Amino acid sequence: MTGDLVMQFLAQGVQMFMVLLIAPLAVGVVRRVKARLMRRQGAPLLQGYRDLAKLLRKESVIAENASWLFRSAPSLIFALTWVAAALVPSFASGLMFNWAADVVALVALLGAARALLALAGMDVGTSFGGIGSSREMMIATLAEPAMMLIVLTLAIAAGTTRLAGVADFFIAEPLAVRVSLALSLVALIIVALAENARIPVDNPVTHLELTMVHEAMILEYSGRHLALIEAASYLKLVLYLSLLICLFAPFGMAPASAGVGGWAIGLLAWTAKLLGGAALLGVWEVSIAKMRVFRLPDFLGIAFVFGFLAILLAFLARGALE
Amino acid sequence: MNQAYEISHLLAGVMLVTSFALLYQQRVAAVLNTFAAQSITLALAVAWAAWSQDRPDLFITALIALTLKGIVIPVALHRTVARLGIHREVEKVVGVGVALMVGLALTGLAQALLFKVTHGTASHAREELALALAIILMGFLMMIVRRNAVTQIVGFMSMENGLILAATGARGMPLVVEVSVAFSVLIALFVFAVFVFRIRERFDTIDIEALDRMRGDRR
Amino acid sequence: MIHAYQIVVAAPYIAALVLLAIPGYRLGAIANVAASALTFGAGLWLVVSERSVGDYAIVDEFNIVFIGINTLVGFTTALFSASYIGHEIETGRLTPTLLRFYHAMFQAMMGSMNLALVANNIGLMWVGLELATLITVVMVGLYRTPQAIEAAWKYFILASVGISLAFFGTILIYLAGQPVLGEGVPAMTWSLLQAAASRMDPAILDLAFIFLLIGYGTKVGLAPLHAWLPDAHAEGPTPISAVLSGLLLNVALYALLRFKMVIAGQPAALDPGPVMIAMGLVSLIFAAFMLYQRRDIKRLFAYSSIEHMGLMVFAFGMGGPLANFAGLLHMAMHSLTKSGIFFAVGHISQAKGSQRIADIKGLSVTHPRLAVAFALAVLAISGLPPFGVFTSEFLILTTTFAREPWLALLPAFGLLIGFGALLMRLQDTIFGEPVGPAHRVDASSVPMVLHLLLVLIAGLYLPPALIGWFRRAAELLG
Repeated sequence: MTGDLVMQFLAQGVQMFMVLLIAPLAVGVVRRVKARLMRRQGAPLLQGYRDLAKLLRKESVIAENASWLFRSAPSLIFALTWVAAALVPSFASGLMFNWAADVVALVALLGAARALLALAGMDVGTSFGGIGSSREMMIATLAEPAMMLIVLTLAIAAGTTRLAGVADFFIAEPLAVRVSLALSLVALIIVALAENARIPVDNPVTHLELTMVHEAMILEYSGRHLALIEAASYLKLVLYLSLLICLFAPFGMAPASAGVGGWAIGLLAWTAKLLGGAALLGVWEVSIAKMRVFRLPDFLGIAFVFGFLAILLAFLARGALE
Repeated sequence: MNQAYEISHLLAGVMLVTSFALLYQQRVAAVLNTFAAQSITLALAVAWAAWSQDRPDLFITALIALTLKGIVIPVALHRTVARLGIHREVEKVVGVGVALMVGLALTGLAQALLFKVTHGTASHAREELALALAIILMGFLMMIVRRNAVTQIVGFMSMENGLILAATGARGMPLVVEVSVAFSVLIALFVFAVFVFRIRERFDTIDIEALDRMRGDRR
Repeated sequence: MIHAYQIVVAAPYIAALVLLAIPGYRLGAIANVAASALTFGAGLWLVVSERSVGDYAIVDEFNIVFIGINTLVGFTTALFSASYIGHEIETGRLTPTLLRFYHAMFQAMMGSMNLALVANNIGLMWVGLELATLITVVMVGLYRTPQAIEAAWKYFILASVGISLAFFGTILIYLAGQPVLGEGVPAMTWSLLQAAASRMDPAILDLAFIFLLIGYGTKVGLAPLHAWLPDAHAEGPTPISAVLSGLLLNVALYALLRFKMVIAGQPAALDPGPVMIAMGLVSLIFAAFMLYQRRDIKRLFAYSSIEHMGLMVFAFGMGGPLANFAGLLHMAMHSLTKSGIFFAVGHISQAKGSQRIADIKGLSVTHPRLAVAFALAVLAISGLPPFGVFTSEFLILTTTFAREPWLALLPAFGLLIGFGALLMRLQDTIFGEPVGPAHRVDASSVPMVLHLLLVLIAGLYLPPALIGWFRRAAELLG
């Protein structure tokens, strides 16, 4: 019994730390693919780790009028994002804390992190921070309802809001080609792009402040604070990729009762899918141009419309079966 | 058997998505391309129905939809837009957001309506019919909220797409489907070509507002 | 064995192809008349031959009269057009090439209307109506002036929406008939649908009828779906206005009534009566008021058409043998009278060179015979005895009064208002000082006089055969 409990604990711990470990690698893959496609050499794949290490060593310079919020926000944001990322089933469903991995809870955790970041951006009183925060909140106003609709559609399909339950449902069903799921997929991809500040919503490598959304909020941060925030953004990317994989491509995931062998396979599959997704993101970013800010509501509106349509059609399918 | 219905619903769902995409576009060229995509999806859906319902005559309908509405008409309209110097931007009566919201409402309405009414019919026919009605209503919406004459034509033709989808969904509707499809496409094309040319001869734009100045009812 | 109905449908289409090839417009006009005469002959033959019900075509008491009237008015309109069109070429409004298309399209339109009338397959009926409508759309824009194009565009948009909704209604009817009659052609055959109506799902029938009412109702010109009608009548060539008012509106109403017969067979379905009564009354009263402000003579009579179609829909909404009979009679009478009026209007516009009422004064001085004919025609359409229109209007009002006395006040009110407006205009045009030019009228008066005579005769004496047909059709209408 105790051995079993220890194994469970170990597995959950592995998931927690795997997410953290692989995050900089995923971002490295994205950057590398982008660079190669643009016929540049690109930074080495492990550059993300080196960046974090460098930032942790450096001194953190803080403005004089910064409040306690400014100082504490990075750690809080990192903690919230890490918990959320750790909860998404990656290589096995049915891990120890999977009862807590509720899609609604996930949305709440991410929403809290975003609120803290926006507040921190406004804290020091610079104008660029203000721009970033207001744009971020505008995007959130549109993306969050879409996200809720998406998770509701999936919950309706699977009959539960537990992520692990949804994953199990999709593993069990043969590849059901359902319109509402396809629509949810597209909507979730759009929301993921928006939340991770990727093209076409925001350019993560821009240095022009007026075009920034996410970067503008963290302009004032340096040193270990910046390291925490950067790590949080890497984790967020992994979270969304992992969410997409878990919901829409869960093959290879070990079921609740599998042993170490199953977990190993699951881990391998998950890593492969994650890095594959990161590569795809790199290709996508190179192919599309960034949208003008006033068109963002339209773009995110698409996600909302698709989410709504997905629910309507889910009810359609439900109603037809009665 | 279930698989067949799933795929036909997927295709119908993609058509519905293209209807929304039609409302979203800002440029006339993009509208025409989206319409071509919708027609091609329609052709696929009809071809799938032909195969799964074992009705080879529907293949002809699919072919007509593909060639005429997927290729010939969009290309012809592209050329017309270029040659006549029609406004490249779509003049809107209401914004994109409002149009999309109304589209959502119409989709819900179509579903609610059809589901209340058709208790006796097979569930798969009902789903397809609900989607088709939604596409029809959205084509109608597009005709109302977009002021450019070319986009009004596209709105009407997307309505026709929805109708053909509905006719395919109603199982066993006989050869008349093909006859009506062919007729409506051919004659519609003839009329459109004649019209767009004549309109251009008289006005500098194909903005319906400009046409409205000629309203005879005030005489 | 060639049946009469096949000729009635096929001959115009073949003629259309032939007419495309004929270069000179005079020869084309003569060929047009000849083709229409042939079709009329086939129509007469159809009237006297036996009833038949087939997979795709039906000839029964309901459509027999309308086929007869259709082919007759087609013939007389072709006659009128032949003499009228020469003038249009002289004034430069039309070119000989356009005239070739005009004649071909005229025949194609007649063929399509006949197809719709004869069809037993609801899909074919829809095809016929759609074809006819689309052809008239092109014809309305024939003069290529900005106003003509605007009118044709408006007509096109509204007609297309109507067609699409009507098609969806057709699909729904098929859906309702399919479980009862099986897949394929039987579930689209009107006669089978009507017989099996009591076994069909009432909810689907309700929804289908709503779509059909809106769809075909747009073609009938019911308010508020009438917006295309006045412009289309005013801007198209006069023969087309005659055909639109006299025939196409009727055929659309005929299609609507066929479906009403199906609904009537299912007692559990929604009673379409109240909706039809409401829409009919709105059209009637709205159009009656609109008659006052019109300054274009064709627009004036276009609104008169809306008024009369409203009255017909009201009558069919009331239902019951007498009201249905009256409605059918009114359809026939209105068809003849209104096309006769448009013939007269054609003459007038040629005589005065203008369609504006302000330019048309003192006809009794400049063109006495035309003035008399016109006056009689307007009196006929206003519903004065001894013309046939009076008979039908009187019947409608009395049967409504017998059943719902208060309700009868509304159509009576509308008719009176319309009457007043028409009389006012008549007085303006006939009497008073002549204004403007007074050209000689080239067009033949035979069609106009013929129509008036027919309406007059029908007002005095209805042949028993006709009464029998209408009665049987009224029974089916429920």
